[in-house]
This record gives sequence, C-alpha cells and structure tokens, in this order.
Amino acid sequence: MSMFQATELNERNKRKEKLFRLLFGGMTILLIVPVVVIVATLIARGGPALSWDFFFTAPSNGMTEGGVFPALVGTLWIVAVALIASVPLGVAAALYLSEYAPDNWLTRLINLAIINLAGVPSIVHALFGVGAFVLFFRFGTSILAASLTLAIMTLPVVIVSTRESLQAVPRAFREACWSMGATRWQAIWNVVLPNSISGILTGVILEVSRTVGETAPIMFTGAAFFLPFLPESVFDQTMALSLHLFVISTQVPGVPEHLPYGVALTLMGIVVVLNSASIAFRAYLRGKKKW
Amino acid sequence: MVETPSKTPSRVSSVEGASSPLIEVRDLSIRYNEHVALANVTVDVPEHEIFGIIGPANSGKTSFLRALNRMDSFVSGMHVGGEIFFGGRDIRSFRNVYALRSRVGVVFPLPVGLPLSIYDNVALAPRLSGMRKRADLDVIVERCLTRAALWDEVKDRLKSLGSLLSGGQQQRLTIARALSQEPELLLLDEFSIAVDPVTTMRIEDILKELRKEMTIVLVTNLTQQARRLASRTAFFLSGECVEVGDTEALFRGDVLDERTTHYLEGRFG
Repeated sequence: MSMFQATELNERNKRKEKLFRLLFGGMTILLIVPVVVIVATLIARGGPALSWDFFFTAPSNGMTEGGVFPALVGTLWIVAVALIASVPLGVAAALYLSEYAPDNWLTRLINLAIINLAGVPSIVHALFGVGAFVLFFRFGTSILAASLTLAIMTLPVVIVSTRESLQAVPRAFREACWSMGATRWQAIWNVVLPNSISGILTGVILEVSRTVGETAPIMFTGAAFFLPFLPESVFDQTMALSLHLFVISTQVPGVPEHLPYGVALTLMGIVVVLNSASIAFRAYLRGKKKW
Repeated sequence: MVETPSKTPSRVSSVEGASSPLIEVRDLSIRYNEHVALANVTVDVPEHEIFGIIGPANSGKTSFLRALNRMDSFVSGMHVGGEIFFGGRDIRSFRNVYALRSRVGVVFPLPVGLPLSIYDNVALAPRLSGMRKRADLDVIVERCLTRAALWDEVKDRLKSLGSLLSGGQQQRLTIARALSQEPELLLLDEFSIAVDPVTTMRIEDILKELRKEMTIVLVTNLTQQARRLASRTAFFLSGECVEVGDTEALFRGDVLDERTTHYLEGRFG
C-alpha cells in the first residue's frame, strides 16, 4: 500500500473538515443577513427623505414635516462634550492602572469594577445621571448633564481599550528608558504613548459609535422632546437624533413614513462617517509604528 | 540637595591597583516575594575593570545587575537586602535614584531599539536630563555611535527607525544609547545572545576600548567570552556566589570550589 494512499481516518477527517467549514460559513452568512436587510431598508425608505433641506431645517408642523437640524447639532454637541469628559479621564485612569499601580488585590478589584461598570444597563446610568448631574450638581437637564452621563457609561470602554493598547507596548521599551534614568512619566511620554496611540483611538472610536446612538441616558438628563432652537451653551437642553427618532416613531401621530427612516439613516451616517475618519487616522498612525 | 556626587576623583587604572573599588557589594541578598534569587554576595569591582559574571540560567546574574542600578523599584515583589556602595556611597542614600541610573549604562540580552529614530534613540538620555541644544546633541550622537562602531553604517539614515535595524546593529545602538549618558559603570546582560558571532567580536573589541574610560560588569553565559574579556570573574549558581577570582586562574583550575571547574569545563550548565 502506498504511503500516500488515504486511510479511512484521513477520509473521515476530510469529511469533518468540509462539514465544519460549511457550518461556520453558514453562520457567518446568517449573521450578515440582518445587517444587510437593515441597511438596505434604511437606504430604500429613508434615502428619498435626505436632502440639504432635511439636514438644515428644523422639524415643523408638529414634527410631521421639516428636517432634523436641531437634533443633528444637538447630537454632535452631546458627543463632543462626552468625549471631552471621558477621554482624558479614561486615558488617565488606564495609565495609572497599567503603568503605575502595583499588581495587588486592590488593583484587581478596581479592574473588575470597571468591567462590571460596562455591564450596567443604560437606564440605570440614566437614573444615576438624573440624581448626580441634574439634581445634585444642579446642572439641570442640559447638554452637560447628558454628556457626563454618557461619559460615565462609556468610560469602561475607553479604560479597557486604552489599558490593553498600553500593555501591548513591550516592557523592554520601558525598562530601556528606566535604566537610563527616565521616570515612569518620561518613559510613558517618550515611548509608550506614541506607540499605543492607535489602540487608544480604537477605544475612542467605539465610544463615539456608542454615544451617538444612546437614547435612554440622555432622555432624562438633557435631550428635549421638541426644541426647534440650537443650543447656545452646555447648560442648554437640546434635541438629539436618537431621541427624536424615538419620538417621531412612537409618540407623534401622523408622521409620514419617510421621516423616521431618514432620521435613522442620518444617525447611522454619522456613526459611519466618524468611524471611517478615525479608522483612517488610526491606519495612518499605525503605518508609522514599527518594531 | 545636590545630586551630582563627586565624579570619582582617581581615574587610575586598576592595573596599578591604586584606586578604591567603584562598586562594593556587601552581603547582598535578593528575593522576589518568597523566592530567593541571590544570597549573601560580597564582591568588589575596582575601577576600569571588566568584571565577568558567569553561571547558568536562574543563577541570579540578572537580579544582581538590577540591584546595581536600583531597578528593583520597578519590579514588583523584588526586595534587596545588604549593602551596595557606588563610588563609596551607599546606593540607597541616593535620594534621586534617577541620578544614580544615569551614571550607569545598561545593555539588555535582547537588543532594544526603541521605536524612535536612530538619532532620537541615542539622544534620548541626554534629552531626559535636560539637554536641548541641537548642536550639543549632534556631537553626542555622533560620538556615541562612533564608539559603538555603528556610525559608518547609519550616518546617512539617522532619521530612520532604530527598531528597524538588524539585531546586531540594534545591539550596538543599545550600546551607543548606554554611552550617551557618559556612564561610569556599564552593565551588560548576556549581550551576545541574539547577535551573530562577527558582531559579538566587534562589540567585544568595543568593550576593551571602553574599559579605559569606565568600569564594566559583564554577565555572560559564554564562559569563553568571560575569559576573553574579564580580568576577574564571579561564578553564580542557583542564587549563590560560588567563587570570585582571577579569570585566568579560574580557567587554569586554580579554584576554591570544584563546581567552578565543572561549570567551566562544561560538565553542566
């Protein structure tokens, strides 16, 4: 018998290989189906609603006509303020946990708490936001309160992803710096941060995507049902796309069908645009990193 | 508090035997939590000596080097007992450990080309200690790369990444970096582990030159490398300093402990 002849075992393994390949491939296709259906439906039904007027006029006639301008601007405000609050805080906390904190039970407890924070339902964050920012700090229902609530909610994402990208930088780099008399901060600033910035950005990207779409945390803390003016400061209330979509889909009678689809498409469009921009920036930074 | 302790006054070669030891280690013990890595080591290293440390893995060689520039503060669970004097001064009395570390250059087993430009790799330590003038930095970068026998290979591409150099070049870059702070003591930890034989010989030649200007502690797992370079050698085994002696004498078999001969003859390790 030739040594290259397939044995019974070989044949069985080959059949199994085929089976699993089919199984996994099939699952993947199943996964893609809902995404394709959602995007296609949105484009088909919401696409006709989109126009410059839609983006740049306020809703009118009991929100059954007009565009989304105040909600669009409000969402951008909320996202921007939430980012300003959570990125420095999250990166600083991650730097401490990854670069300074000793590895003991307290640190491990803190890490566990951070992971659990990510699992808290958004409505709980919303109620916390009402209690803490709206009432206790007396920010009122405002962009500031809404953004801080979102910031707290997304902090775990930022912390975890930042910590992981910091730890991806080899320890040897730090030791080389330390052995030259560098302080921890000097090593972080000169070597660790420049080489983990792309990973840190990934966390920010994830945060942005989450923040744009969140509804519950902002509906009690700063987003208005209907407010056809633009916010002038972070202490103003504002409309927001996500809440606006909820409102015109469920709370207001007589809204033509294309409006909510248009809003949903706009919302997704923002996420896609922001993500693509950050991914491109990240790819650019990554291209410069080599070791 | 002024942290520029007198550069050791005498630059007399140890051959003349006149200078006091640059490093005096007294009863040094190192443990990581409960695990003892090194116990009761007492050695002197005179100025301008290449002091070799040989021994198999896990014998405490690297821990010894770590203790010398107080890197223990960066290793959680690492405890150092006993005393180490650097230039006559207890290293624990340095309120500013960064000043101590900047007088000690370190070369690691695996070449560490930091992901910075070649220029920035060498200019990093001077910059950390506050040097900003481009002209001064240029001088240091050229001098250190020249002494590390790397200048001719990289002088036309100082802006390219140090981490993209070959292993042998990166190790010489590491040496150039260690020299950039004008150290009085150079610690080398198995520098030839990831380096080809030709580069190893080049680096050994560099070390022979550097010996005129500084003291060198050379940890190596190549006993013949210790023989080529070190005037005296210590043999570490499982956390114990078995023996310290004149290198040639050790190789001649003039030993106090027969385990040293066994190791040198390659019967174990």
